Amino acid sequence: MGGKFLFDGRPVPFEEGQTILEAARAAGHYIPHLCWHPDFPPHGSCKLCVVKVGGRHVSSCALPARDGMEVESNTPEINGERRALLQMLFVEGNHFCPSCEKSGNCQLQALAYELDMSSARFAHFYPDRPVDASHPDVLLDFNRCIFCELCVRASRDVDHKGVFALTGRGIRKHLVVNAESGRLADTDFAVSDRAADICPVGVILRKRVGFAVPIGERKYDEAAISSVAMEKGE
Amino acid sequence: MSDSMSLSRVRVATTSLAGCFGCHMSFLDMDERLLELAKVVEFDRSPLTDIKHCGPCDIGLIEGGVCNAENVHVLREFRRNCKTLVAVGACAINGGLPAQRNHLDLGDCLQQVYVKRDGVEEGGVPDDPELPLLLDRVHPIHEVVRVDYFIPGCPPSGDAIWKFLTDLIGGRTPRLPHPLLRFD
Repeated sequence: MGGKFLFDGRPVPFEEGQTILEAARAAGHYIPHLCWHPDFPPHGSCKLCVVKVGGRHVSSCALPARDGMEVESNTPEINGERRALLQMLFVEGNHFCPSCEKSGNCQLQALAYELDMSSARFAHFYPDRPVDASHPDVLLDFNRCIFCELCVRASRDVDHKGVFALTGRGIRKHLVVNAESGRLADTDFAVSDRAADICPVGVILRKRVGFAVPIGERKYDEAAISSVAMEKGE
Repeated sequence: MSDSMSLSRVRVATTSLAGCFGCHMSFLDMDERLLELAKVVEFDRSPLTDIKHCGPCDIGLIEGGVCNAENVHVLREFRRNCKTLVAVGACAINGGLPAQRNHLDLGDCLQQVYVKRDGVEEGGVPDDPELPLLLDRVHPIHEVVRVDYFIPGCPPSGDAIWKFLTDLIGGRTPRLPHPLLRFD
């Protein structure tokens, strides 16, 4: 049995088993997210989809909708928390957008624009993880990883290859390649894999196609991610 | 210009630390709007003036990160004198592309450029005390002094700088709408 809940004061219908995020999207309401993807089960690491329900901050990608819930999403309080989360992601990695091929097509950057982030505010970590350029078609820049595990999930569950994994604990957590050498070239990873196209930021990059799209025509140049994501079902 | 007129103008200082002067070029990209600005603004220390040290100012615009000892002194001088200090551009905000040297050993960098490079025959790493020493890492300016506002972009567009300054001088909280907010 489904029902209705209030999303920023507007009634949203849902079916039994739908999460708040799924039902809100089905009703045309965008909720920011990085690790959530419509083709995969919820992951819950990015926390960008945080909403306020009954006075508590919860992940809307994981919490099933219930009849009569009052959900706050697009409020100064919740957007402020989302902005702080983005700022943490920016300082943890080396997000030098001016030299990144993903600039203009990057969900992390687009969300920072969407949420009015003018600086990352915290002290930068400047991690030092070497690039893996061993594969003939694809390059890995690990310093931009936000640990969404979308590549891990796509490679394991769709491509049935298990090329990627996260390892380490705390701030030492990082993305690795499942090969004895640790090099992408020593796996059966292919540029046609689902995992090759799923990275929301600039970690997994196709070689020889960088900077092909003119400024002004990139994914998030014309419109904000809140409208692009809803149009494209992302 | 009478003294009373100059007193009523907003005093602005600008500088480039570990910058490329691209943010100053974007400032000039305001084009003829600079004439509008000149009616309400008077410039203190800036690469565009001949003033050697920053005096009391309303607004300080800082381009570039902090990469050497002199940058630290200049930045502190600006912070002491400017009521509102603004980080302009990616370098001032997060170190920018120069901060890509942060994972390299500084001694190795200097050796590579001044000693080991092909075609370098003698000399070695410059060591005259006149030269400011490099810091081991490039820092965003907010790691050295308190910063009031940030204008992102590499560089921010002339339109973004215009919007920011007209907001600030007009007494409004500066805000860059979506098309003007860029990190690249």
